[in-house]
Amino acid sequence: MHIILKNCRIVDPATKTDKKDLDIEIKDGVIVKIGSGISSKDAKIYDLAGKVVAPGFFDMHVHLREPGQEYKETIATGTAAAAVGGFTGVCCMPNTEPPISDPYVVSYIKEKSRGSIVDVEICGTMTKARKGDELAPIGALVEAGVKMISDDGSAVHSAEVMRRVFEYAKMFDVVCTEHCEERTMTHGTCIHEGKISTKLGLPGYPSVAEDIIIARDIMIAEYVGGARYHAAHISTKNAVELVRQAKKKGLPVTCEVTPHHFTLTDEAVETYWGNAKMNPPLREKEDIDAIIIGLQDGTIDCISTDHAPHAISEKETDMMTAAYGIIGLESAVGLGLTYLVRTKKITLSDYITKCSVNPRKILKLGQIEIAEGHKANITILDLDKEWIFSESTIHSKSHNTPFIGTKLTGKAVGVVNNIQAAGEIFS
Amino acid sequence: MHRNLLGIRGLAREDIQRILSRSSHYIKQLDSSDAVTFPELLKGRTVANLFFENSTRTRSSFELAERRLGATILSLSMQTSSLTKGETLLDTAKVITSMKIDAIVVRHQSSGVPILLRKHLDANIRIINAGDGAGEHPTQALLDAATLIEQWGSLEGKHIVISGDIRHSRVARSNILLLKQLGAKITVSGPTTLIPENFDKVFGVNVEHNFEQALRSADALIALRIQRERQDKAFYPNAEEFRNLYGMTAVRREKFPKLLVLHPGPVNRGVELDDVPMDGEGSLVFRQVRRGVAIRMAVLEWMFSTD
Repeated sequence: MHIILKNCRIVDPATKTDKKDLDIEIKDGVIVKIGSGISSKDAKIYDLAGKVVAPGFFDMHVHLREPGQEYKETIATGTAAAAVGGFTGVCCMPNTEPPISDPYVVSYIKEKSRGSIVDVEICGTMTKARKGDELAPIGALVEAGVKMISDDGSAVHSAEVMRRVFEYAKMFDVVCTEHCEERTMTHGTCIHEGKISTKLGLPGYPSVAEDIIIARDIMIAEYVGGARYHAAHISTKNAVELVRQAKKKGLPVTCEVTPHHFTLTDEAVETYWGNAKMNPPLREKEDIDAIIIGLQDGTIDCISTDHAPHAISEKETDMMTAAYGIIGLESAVGLGLTYLVRTKKITLSDYITKCSVNPRKILKLGQIEIAEGHKANITILDLDKEWIFSESTIHSKSHNTPFIGTKLTGKAVGVVNNIQAAGEIFS
Repeated sequence: MHRNLLGIRGLAREDIQRILSRSSHYIKQLDSSDAVTFPELLKGRTVANLFFENSTRTRSSFELAERRLGATILSLSMQTSSLTKGETLLDTAKVITSMKIDAIVVRHQSSGVPILLRKHLDANIRIINAGDGAGEHPTQALLDAATLIEQWGSLEGKHIVISGDIRHSRVARSNILLLKQLGAKITVSGPTTLIPENFDKVFGVNVEHNFEQALRSADALIALRIQRERQDKAFYPNAEEFRNLYGMTAVRREKFPKLLVLHPGPVNRGVELDDVPMDGEGSLVFRQVRRGVAIRMAVLEWMFSTD
C-alpha cells in the first residue's frame, strides 16, 4: 500500500490542527510524509481537494450480533458497514449469544475480526451472563482484552450489585457503561410516554425511568470513591443535566448520544413505524434541545450509533412485539455533519472530538495523530456532498433504519487503517 | 381503492352519516319479532374474523352481521393458533388472506395492528378494526353514537361522561373522536392513575376526577369496564374503592335520574354498574348490543358497496 492524498484539509483536534492544502503520503500503513507538492512514481494519487482528513472515527457502541445472531449481522458485515460509514474502530456490545461474559467469547471475536480494516474493541458484561445478580469475571475479561464493561440491553437492576460492579471494576480502571432503564417502570412499554403514546394508546416508557438509573449510578459511583462511569445513549433532558452536575463535581462521569436522539422525536412513531422504535425511545423536542446544549457545552462526550441490526420480520410487526433499535453505522456521519456541523450547532473540530478523540480516551485506547511517523488511521469527510441515504447502498446485513430516503449534506467518503483503505474515494 | 374501517380517525364525515343512517334501517328489522330476510349483499364474499385477543360479544356480533348479509365466514381464535408456533403476525395474516378472503375483521392486543396490516396486505382485502390494544374500537363508537342518537335525535350540545379506565381504553379513544365530531361535549372521569396526565390536551376533553361533579351536567354516562387484573399494576387499590369513587351505584343513580347509562361490556356488576342502573330505566346497555349488530351490518354494506 502506497498512496498520496493530495490537497487535504487536515483537522486534528488532539493537536489543535486545522490546515489546508496538505498532501499526505502513506506507505505500508504509516504516514511517511505530510507537506505540499508530494509526489512519487509508484504511489497511487487521490485528489482530496475540498475534503477533510480527520483522525479515524470510533463508534463505542455497536451491536455486531456475533456470536449467536448471525442472521442479523456478523463481524464481517458489521465492520464492512463501519468502514463505509467512516469508522476505523468500533466497540461491540456484549449482548450476544452467549454474552461476552467469558474470555473465550472475547478470543472468538478477536479471531473473527483479525485482519479487518476496522479495529474491533470489545465490551464485556458487568454481571455473569448479563443476568444482573453475580459479578462477571471482570478480571479475566480485562486480561483477555475487553476495554469496557456493560450489561447493555438492560441496566443492572440491583443497586447492591451495581455498587459491587463499580467497586470491583475500579481495581482494573475499566469504564462501566450502563444502559439506563429502570425496568419496573418500563416493563410492557414500547414508545416514549408523551402525547403520542396517549394519542395512540401505546404503553409509554417514561423518561424518568432513564433518569433515575443515571442518578442512582452517579451516586453509587461517587460513594465508592469515583468509579469510571459512562451513561450509554442518553435521551432525556434530565439525563443531560445529571451528567452535567456530576462533571461539575469532578466525578469521572461521561456519556454519549446517538444520531437518532438528536434528530428525531416520538412523532416518528405516530405511524406505528417499527423502524422508529428504539430503547431508549425517541423523545421530545425539548429533549433534543437539551441534548444539543449538552453537545455544545461538553456535557455529552461522544456520538455513538447504538447500531442495532434486526431482521425485517422483527421490525415489521405490531409495536409491542417489534424489536428495539436501528442500524446506524452508515448514516451516522451524514446525520452528524448535516444536523450538527452544517447547522453550526457544533464546530467541525468538536464534532471530530466526539467521534474520535473522546471515545478513544474513555476506552483508554491511546490517541492517534495525523503526523509523520504515525500509523495511518484516518477518516475522510466530504462536508458538502449531497446524498440520499438509500437502502441499496447498505452494507449491514440488516436494513432497519428510519433514515432511508433522508437527504443529507456531508458524508464520510473514505477510511484508512490497518494498511488498508476503503470507501467511495478509493473505489 | 376499497373501503376500510381502521379507526374513527380517517373515516369521512359522510361515511359516518351513511353508516349511522343505514344502521337505523337494519335495527328496524332486528326489532321485528317476525322472521326477517336480509338482502344477501355479501353473497360470494368471504370474511375472516381474526381475533388475536379474546372476545365474545364483538365476535358474535360481527359473525351474525356477516351471516345475515350472506357472507361465507371463517372465525379464528388466534391466541391458540400458529402465533404460538412462532409464525409472525404478518405471515399469519398473509396465510389466511391467501385463501381468497375479501375482508378481515381483526382484533389484536397491540394498538396499530389494523394499520400495519393495511400497509402489508393486498389492497383487495378490506380491513375492519374490531379493537386494537388501547388504540381504537370504531364499531363500538359507531354503535354507541347510534344508540344515543336514537334517544335524542342528535348529539349536538349533549354532555357525555366517559368513566373508569381511560388510559387503557380503545372504547374511550374512538368514542371521544366520534362523539366530539357529532357535536357532543366530553368529560372523562376516573382515577389519576387511569387517565394520562396530558389526556385533556391530546384529546380536547375535560378531565374531572370527581365523578359526581362530572355527572352534574351530564346527559349520558359511558362507564368502561375495569380490568381487574390491572390491580397488581397498582393502578387502583381494589374493586371496592373503585366502586365507591367511580361506580354507578344504586344510590348514585337516584341523584342523577335522567342520566342515560351505557357500558361496552362485559359489565362487572357491582363495580362499574349496580343492578338498578344496569337493568332499570335509562339503561341502554342491552340496546347497545342490538345496535352493535345493526352497525356492523351497515359497516359491511358500506364496505362492499361501490357508490
